[in-house]
Amino acid sequence: MAMVSAENRGLRLAVRYAVLTLVAIIFIFPLLFMVMSSLKPQAQLLADTSSLRAFLPVGDISLQNYTDAFRRAPVVTFMINSVLVTGITVLLSLAVCSLAAFSFAFLEWKGRGVILSVILATLIIPFETIAIPLLLMVSQLPWIGWNGLEFGWLNTYRVQIIPWVADGLTIFLFVQYFRDLPRELIEAARVEGATWFQVYWRVVMPLAGPVIATAAILKFLVMYNQYLWPLIVVQQESVRPVMVGLGYFFQLNTAWGEVMAYLTVITLPVLAFYLVLQRAFIASIASTGVKG
Amino acid sequence: MARKTLLLTTALGLGWAASAQAQTEIGMWYHGAGNEVESAIITRIVDDFNAGQSDWMVTLESFPQNSYNDSVVAGALAGNLPCILDVDGPVMPNWAWSGYMQPLAIDASLIEGYLPGTLGYWDGELYSVGLWDAAVALYARQSDLDAWGLRTPTLAEPWTQEEFMAALDAARADGRYEYALDLGMAWTGEWYPYAFSPFLQSFGGDIIDRETYTSADGVLNGDAALAFGEWWQMLFAEGYAPGTSQDPADRDSGFNEGKYAFAWNGNWAAVPTLGAVEDVVFLPAPDFGNGPTIGAGSWQFGVSATCETPEGANAFIAHALQDEYLAAFSDGIGLIPSTPGAAAMTENYAEGGPLEVFFGLSAEQALVRPVTPGYVVAAQVFEAALANIANGADVADELDAAVDAIEADIERNQGYGHDG
Repeated sequence: MAMVSAENRGLRLAVRYAVLTLVAIIFIFPLLFMVMSSLKPQAQLLADTSSLRAFLPVGDISLQNYTDAFRRAPVVTFMINSVLVTGITVLLSLAVCSLAAFSFAFLEWKGRGVILSVILATLIIPFETIAIPLLLMVSQLPWIGWNGLEFGWLNTYRVQIIPWVADGLTIFLFVQYFRDLPRELIEAARVEGATWFQVYWRVVMPLAGPVIATAAILKFLVMYNQYLWPLIVVQQESVRPVMVGLGYFFQLNTAWGEVMAYLTVITLPVLAFYLVLQRAFIASIASTGVKG
Repeated sequence: MARKTLLLTTALGLGWAASAQAQTEIGMWYHGAGNEVESAIITRIVDDFNAGQSDWMVTLESFPQNSYNDSVVAGALAGNLPCILDVDGPVMPNWAWSGYMQPLAIDASLIEGYLPGTLGYWDGELYSVGLWDAAVALYARQSDLDAWGLRTPTLAEPWTQEEFMAALDAARADGRYEYALDLGMAWTGEWYPYAFSPFLQSFGGDIIDRETYTSADGVLNGDAALAFGEWWQMLFAEGYAPGTSQDPADRDSGFNEGKYAFAWNGNWAAVPTLGAVEDVVFLPAPDFGNGPTIGAGSWQFGVSATCETPEGANAFIAHALQDEYLAAFSDGIGLIPSTPGAAAMTENYAEGGPLEVFFGLSAEQALVRPVTPGYVVAAQVFEAALANIANGADVADELDAAVDAIEADIERNQGYGHDG
């Protein structure tokens, strides 16, 4: 009986690993295709697409596509723009949304339930429906810069950052996480004379690592993949982000190797960011049940 | 001595600064970001203009072509369009009607002899002018035509529908090709109305009634259109051509690699084919009964309606209309120069050049797409209908639905300025 059970366990384990391996392959193959294709000349790349050779570093392999991609478009400028816009937005978003969520979770004030519901309701509004009104608004907004008061935010970093700082999903994530924290911790801090900001900064935020990681990664992905918004508010190449820059590679005769090289390069920051935060991200998914 | 030198240097510096300040800045948006050759030529034209006079300074901003139109529409909404725009020919009436553009004010002598497809007229006025045009031809191998005993069609005597179908049958019977004809079904978007509406027109139909521009009834779903639709569906149902699931890679290289006997493709793809297929010939569009037709109208320059210095913008456009630049674009990116004079200066389109036939096609067979602001929507409707018919949908139902959709859009927009 014990032998049968051990065999069953072994079989189950084998099936489980087989399924996991299959899923891993399904997820890894597009990335593998991208990287391998970025190393091949156009004719070979097209010829290989119909066979397993597409996933292998075989044939005429070189970094020529990377050289050509960097010549075709200001890739470094686009990447700096995207990393800058994404990085600042993520930091501001974590600060603003966590403060808002703290208020909703711990402070007693009239109407907070209604306001939180309204904020959460914004989750169902597609961005496309507010893009044009937002465009009209930001094109007239004032700003005090080096040249004094000026109107219009178009063609700037701020127009790519500020409208995206606060969002319903990030606030929701923080609220959910904060509500699960032991109330005794908050009450103890308050009894010992801590101000609400001290409670937020010294008690709550140090415990919020997993949700910070989750919110940061989700925000990072949203911001790094921005296309429609920068397309309509940014006309100058100097502030253009990576996804709009992808359009530089689609010509009448598209050089697919260069497209793949560009995609490989712009994927690196996303992978790096995920690798840094992956432990906290997985922990947060396990605890909140939210995934990107 | 040192004092004199200092004074001279200061005077020269101030003079240069004054001269630079005297030039009024004019913004220009262009669709060619990512195309090194095209960018180099447009930059050269701008630099020549800026250096050649002291009144205006054009500043160029390039956009990726696939998102250019969206950027312009957003710019118009936000009120920050530059003075000089480039605009795709069939889109121009929409932008003019929407109030994004103003008529050009250039000397008529500058556009004498221009190919008709390079001039963008709306409401009786010239709004845009292009430095080049594009044309579509039927790619074939002369050795195949000879082997199958087919007459080589000419501009004066193109193939009839019967001759064209006989050629496809011969190609299919030969057995060496996966498909007899590559129509480029993998290229979605503007390719469909640009490349395929000429077939419809040659059958006697059209996307919109060009008499009134307020209706599509009778032209897109009349007898001629139905005949076109049945023929179109037959090409896929009987396996003459790959359908909407065609691999884009096959579209790019299938003819050159010997997968297709014939290909319906543009002049921009001709240079690589010349290198890959030794005996390639570019044949004119077949005549399906109402005359042979191909599409016309490519990217053109225009002036935005909000431009405060239209005289400077027009001066730049006039400057750009030099045969030297037209030829440079043609040699650089393979497009058809707008004038015979410029064509004569090019490698490919000069008399005896390998692509000379395309200039003739543009001059003789070209028909601009319907000149109406509603074309932008009608083109999308037409594309969807053709894809559905290719996939087996009922021809009459699809064309009727397309007519309804186009007319509903026209009605929603109060006729797009047409009286009806």
